[in-house]
Amino acid sequence: MERMPKWADVILTPLISLVLAFALSALLILAIGESPAEALKVVVQGALGSSYGWGFTLYYATNFIFTGLAVAVAYHAGLFNIGGEGQAAMGGLGVALVVLALPWPHWALALPAAAVGAALMGALWALVPAWLQARRGSHVVITTIMFNFIAAALLNYVLVNLLRPVGSMDPASASFPAATHLPKLSEMALALGVEWGRNTPANISFFVAVAACLLVWLLIWHTRRGYEIRAFGKSATAVRYAGISALRITVLAMLVSGALAGLMAVNNVMGEAERLVLNAVEGAGFIGIAVALMGRNHPLGVLLAALLFGFLYQGGGELALWTSIPRELIVVIQALVILFTGALDNMVRMPLERLFMALRRKGA
Amino acid sequence: MDFATLIQILDSAVRLMTPLLLACLAGLYSERAGVFDIGLEGKMLMAAFASASVAYATGSAWLGLLAGIAGAAALAGLHGLASISFRGNQLISGVAINFLASGLTVLLGQKIFGLGGRTPSLSGAARFGEITLPFAESLRPLPVIGPVYAELVSGHTILVYVAFAMVPLTWWMLYRTRFGLRLRAVGESPASVDTAGVSVIRLRFAAVMICGVLCGIAGAYLATGISAGFVKEMTAGRGFIALAALIFAKWRPWGALGATFLFGLMEAVANRFPNLDLGVVTVPSMLMNALPYILTVVILAGFVGRAIPPRAGGEPYVKER
Repeated sequence: MERMPKWADVILTPLISLVLAFALSALLILAIGESPAEALKVVVQGALGSSYGWGFTLYYATNFIFTGLAVAVAYHAGLFNIGGEGQAAMGGLGVALVVLALPWPHWALALPAAAVGAALMGALWALVPAWLQARRGSHVVITTIMFNFIAAALLNYVLVNLLRPVGSMDPASASFPAATHLPKLSEMALALGVEWGRNTPANISFFVAVAACLLVWLLIWHTRRGYEIRAFGKSATAVRYAGISALRITVLAMLVSGALAGLMAVNNVMGEAERLVLNAVEGAGFIGIAVALMGRNHPLGVLLAALLFGFLYQGGGELALWTSIPRELIVVIQALVILFTGALDNMVRMPLERLFMALRRKGA
Repeated sequence: MDFATLIQILDSAVRLMTPLLLACLAGLYSERAGVFDIGLEGKMLMAAFASASVAYATGSAWLGLLAGIAGAAALAGLHGLASISFRGNQLISGVAINFLASGLTVLLGQKIFGLGGRTPSLSGAARFGEITLPFAESLRPLPVIGPVYAELVSGHTILVYVAFAMVPLTWWMLYRTRFGLRLRAVGESPASVDTAGVSVIRLRFAAVMICGVLCGIAGAYLATGISAGFVKEMTAGRGFIALAALIFAKWRPWGALGATFLFGLMEAVANRFPNLDLGVVTVPSMLMNALPYILTVVILAGFVGRAIPPRAGGEPYVKER
């Protein structure tokens, strides 16, 4: 028997967790001698108060949609992919290699090619941990953590020794040619005659991210492979008895997960920086964990949670600019969201379940 | 490479391995009791911040150490609450703790000191001084043994000796005491420990709190021993290298000593020779930095001896009814 109605499980528990996380953050702001109401005003004003704020919010949200989907897909197979950071970094390398390799005549050709490069590199970086988990039983969490560090070192080496243009001191690749620059949302709006979000990095990748949500939804709930992935996540032994290869499912789920994380590079490397720099991912891979937890591993939930974190991220930057609250406040909020929606889930869930059971008994 | 350089590198390796060793042993207690801990990094960071702040305010490194232990223990308590009491996901709890420490240290540091997350630099009694062991100077003229004793064995802070003493102590605790037997049992088969009438929850909490205390010492060493104050993100992935060392050590105390020495040595060599010239090839420093992680993946792959974690690791215990 269901302990509580589905809407309570899907909407109420994450909402209560979120309220708890924000309440604690408000207390923290009080503790450092600032006004939570004032801080909230600055955040909302800075992230949503103008089309400029929205442009940045959507840009960050695009990153988080990709990394959030990456965590979610692996989670459905019962795997915790904590390596989004490294996979997204390698995706950046894929984008840079593709864009710099050929003289692309137009961004519309370069975008799909770069997306394939990003996805392939991201998937490659998830392949080894997946194979080791399935064949050697080494925990995917530990190996993906290790691969994050290995990716950082590898990228450092490639940027300093191989991709750095002659004479440049900066550990970064050459700037991408102008023909490969992706259209910004502001330019697209201007083409429609609307002045919106000038000088913001939000670009066409946002629509790629929304399409990715749709594709993940189709994959997980409307294909045979998706069914196998979900079944494997629920009970690995049952799936094995059903004659499905655990190796294949683990590798498939991790490849899709790594590819999604890698795809993030289309937004931040190709769409924003327009060259590959060190530390391009800036923690977005880890924020994906919070986004997936918050979004209950559903693409629609991930989309909404990514928007929320995009809003927080942009608002946090404004906070640091206009008040004396450092932007690390956002890291604390992120930690509290992960804590309450993830690790302390039962703390919220158990009293709620008891409440609903009591209500049902009264009703019956 | 001459003898003096070798001694210097080994000396530097001992300094660099100390926080790794303490954190690795910390993880060993927790994971041997069946509680995965990827929050070593966060606990060390919090301890480093707390110890540097209190040491600056009071001028005493010892009070700083206590504050560091308290800071790390508070996060360990949170990990215990989430993963033992509320049977939450231990990995997710660890991730949350890492972020919490990373954010809180800067937030509080900026509020208290206003230096962008740094603490003011420490001097005098606010840092742990180097201890010269007896006869270090008089033995120095002796060939080989003299310099080894005077440079390598002598002249470290007290926390270095504490870390090394923790190795045999941990071995003795785990393999020669009743507490240790139960601790190992609860990590392999909590149900049988429960059947024997011993509280699984209490044992696991004890292990997690010991882990917190050791992380506290590790963090305090980073901020008040090896450097003079706290800097934003100063643990720089050491918690994860300690985790790697723990796997490398196959969850054994003496193995932890060997693994952390190896990783400390790698860091020392990478610092001394940024581009190591081996004649045929030049090893870039990035490879040296990544080597602990690469070696751990190789070990995990089971190509060089298999690393098998405690059987009940990562699973919350639900009492049978």
